[in-house]
Amino acid sequence: MFGKLSLSAIPFDNPIIMGAVGGASLLALMVLGLITYYGKWPYLWKEWLTSLDHKRIGIMYIILALVMLVRGFSDAIMMRSQQALAAGTAQGYLTPHHFDQVFSAHGTIMIIFMAMPFFIGLMNIVVPQQIGARDVAFPFMNSVSLWLTTAGAALVMVSLGVGEFSETGWFGLAPLFEKEFSPGTGVDYWLWAFQIAGAGSLMTGINFLVTIFKMRAPGMKLMRMPLFVWTALTTNVLMILSFPVLTVAFFLLALDRYLGMHFFTNGLGGNMMMWNNFFWMWGHPEVYIIILPAFGIFSEVVATFSGKRLFGYKSLVYATAVIMLLSFMVWLHHFFTMGNSPAVNTFFGITTMMIAIPTGVKVFDWLFTMYRGRIRFTSPMYWTMGFLTTFVIGGMTGVLMALPPADYVVHNSLFLIAHFHNMLIPGALFGFFAGYTYWFPKAVGFRLDEKWGKRAFWCWLVGFYLAFVPLYILGFMGMPRRMQHYWNLAWHPYLIIAAAGTAVVLIGIILQGVQLVVSIRRRDANRDLTGDPWNGRTLEWATSSPPAPYNFAAIPAVHDIDVVADMKERGISRRYPGPYHDISMPKNAAHGPVMGALAFLFGFAMVWYIWWLAAFSFLGIVLAVVIRSTDDETDYTIPAAEVKKIEDERYEEAGAAHENRAAPGQITAQLAPEA
Amino acid sequence: MTTDAKAVNWVYSGESEHADSMEIQTFGFWVYLMSDLVLFAALFVTFAVVGHNYAGGPSGKNLFHLPYLFAETMCLLVSSATYGLTMLAVHRLRKARVLLGLAVTFLLGLGFITMEVHEFYGMIVDGNGPGRSAFLSAFFTLVGTHGSHVSFGLIWMAVLMGQVGAKGLTRPVRSRLMRLSMFWHFLDIVWVGVFSVVYLMGVI
Repeated sequence: MFGKLSLSAIPFDNPIIMGAVGGASLLALMVLGLITYYGKWPYLWKEWLTSLDHKRIGIMYIILALVMLVRGFSDAIMMRSQQALAAGTAQGYLTPHHFDQVFSAHGTIMIIFMAMPFFIGLMNIVVPQQIGARDVAFPFMNSVSLWLTTAGAALVMVSLGVGEFSETGWFGLAPLFEKEFSPGTGVDYWLWAFQIAGAGSLMTGINFLVTIFKMRAPGMKLMRMPLFVWTALTTNVLMILSFPVLTVAFFLLALDRYLGMHFFTNGLGGNMMMWNNFFWMWGHPEVYIIILPAFGIFSEVVATFSGKRLFGYKSLVYATAVIMLLSFMVWLHHFFTMGNSPAVNTFFGITTMMIAIPTGVKVFDWLFTMYRGRIRFTSPMYWTMGFLTTFVIGGMTGVLMALPPADYVVHNSLFLIAHFHNMLIPGALFGFFAGYTYWFPKAVGFRLDEKWGKRAFWCWLVGFYLAFVPLYILGFMGMPRRMQHYWNLAWHPYLIIAAAGTAVVLIGIILQGVQLVVSIRRRDANRDLTGDPWNGRTLEWATSSPPAPYNFAAIPAVHDIDVVADMKERGISRRYPGPYHDISMPKNAAHGPVMGALAFLFGFAMVWYIWWLAAFSFLGIVLAVVIRSTDDETDYTIPAAEVKKIEDERYEEAGAAHENRAAPGQITAQLAPEA
Repeated sequence: MTTDAKAVNWVYSGESEHADSMEIQTFGFWVYLMSDLVLFAALFVTFAVVGHNYAGGPSGKNLFHLPYLFAETMCLLVSSATYGLTMLAVHRLRKARVLLGLAVTFLLGLGFITMEVHEFYGMIVDGNGPGRSAFLSAFFTLVGTHGSHVSFGLIWMAVLMGQVGAKGLTRPVRSRLMRLSMFWHFLDIVWVGVFSVVYLMGVI
């Protein structure tokens, strides 16, 4: 009836796990209780969970990302504190099996359930507005993507309390992850979480590629798209071409584990090296899938807060495209030491070093955008400048490791750990934080508190250096990654400094929480009534904050890269005088959350060998698709009168907020620059 | 408000705002097919890497019967042709012919799947299942993935036959028939690859 599942799957004897489970469950129960107490379930269901509005889906993605950031960061604290303690005769507080699960979960969560939902959320909120569209190409599929990602994240969370998580690292080790060596449920949780979330990501990629290609406003040629749209487009291409490889890799592993096949086994003809190739054929493009959108965010932020057109727009576009192409030609540098021929290693070493060229072009473009600009030192700009300085260091260590002989020395040492965190924390996460702050007023209607934002930034920056510079040194001292315990006491001081750095980052995260609370409490003082709080340059600043469901009452015509800056310069009123037309928008759909719940059940059933439940939930998903596909009435109409009412109200508010308005109820070009 | 050299309106005044929904859906489905092609490419690569690792078990020469496969292949190829004829009837809005064409295509597809399942069954009963060697794992996975795609196509076709019957050839239904058509022809092309790489090269 319940497959392998029994009460003994819950690790009651482990106080650390039970504490985490208890804390997380208590928090979840509190949130659910509050929703019930205030009777907000109907509101939540109608306005959010079943919504097909790309802006709301985007916000839900970001909430998921922030929750998983906290979970992934807890894993980081555990690893750093364990290594700060477990030197010499001391054993620390984590057993080897527990430690292995912690680092596997940390990587999986941070990449798949933090970074991916974070940029997908930002892309959801911003891309349709930046291209002058009312929605994405496939609003329903968008909802399904969100709920599949959430289902994967839920699987990882459940593995904390029911059963275990994988012990073979976030990228898997063949043949250690085969049934023979890892008979438990850990690898299966990891496998199905990846597989389900991966399906969601693939759909997102298709959705946004089609949106960007087919739904741009008239006049927005490809070379007039904002840089964030360009980076989103290239990221989508990478997602469409690389995620199927990941799907195949995990599919083959599932066949090995469930049906006794021989793809990655060390017997009967299996090929273990095939796993590394498949995983990194997805895994390396994945690095750029995460980092390119952040580059797009930095481009937007730098242009806005320098008060200048982006320097070298074309070179940035071409550099982005070159990175997209090169990212498919470097995967092998993840395993130079596997025993490839010198010619193969040389080829991949050279392609890897080549990526530094377009990336360098970008860095100079951002610097030259700032040069002679009127820079406003807002917190998104802080994140950007922190990125520019820190990222370059990571880039240089990357070029160092691109040399196969040098890589042989530092392969799988803490030097590598320091390197890729040096790329992904400033390169991707700082970018997401910049975008989060920059577009927060657009999505929610009020700005985040600047003072707390800057405090959080400094904690992150200082904490980052404290946590990862010692790891570079430890790498040179020969410390391998993933050590639960070590005898070499010379490493100990550095690991204590690294742990202190993690504590500083923790303060940064707490301050970000404070920032959110303070901003919500002072929301009336920071409200954005103009729709353009930063004196922005691109089309998303032409909508109200938060935008009406349809974004644009009339589809804008585009004459320039920086559409809104152009409009402001020409003194064109952004008031649309009408006449207004009926606008048709997608209706809510419950299929998305239902399919997400079924996908979670399917994953859970597969992990625990509950075959009837797996079959039931799989058929349920198919049935939901069939039911949805027979529905021809998926849209509703907002009548012209309603549109007029929303728009009039908006301009009245904006007009009232505006001191220098030219005519009552009309908003003109002179938007107050940021104080 | 100074540099208003040439007055431009920021609002687009044209009639239709975006590409129409059928074009968007067709393009989106095409992009999906390309990602599916990458999926099959990865499976072909797998077959190329481990396809000769027989581990003492049988090879393609012992297992494949080309005349049987010829019949199986013809089922699928002819079904692609009948689907093409069906689409002609769709464009001419002839409902009865569309239903007939879909029924014939469905039966041919079902024939293909039945023959494939029969082939698999025979191999497994003889002790040459997917767990026997890496070659057989890759064989069953590549051919079986194609087969499961065809099976999903059949379910989809059955649903669409119901929709044509109940709703007639409305615009959304025609759009769905168009996408299934792309899917069906795509599977045909993949099968040509499977037949050549797995079966023909297997018996050489």
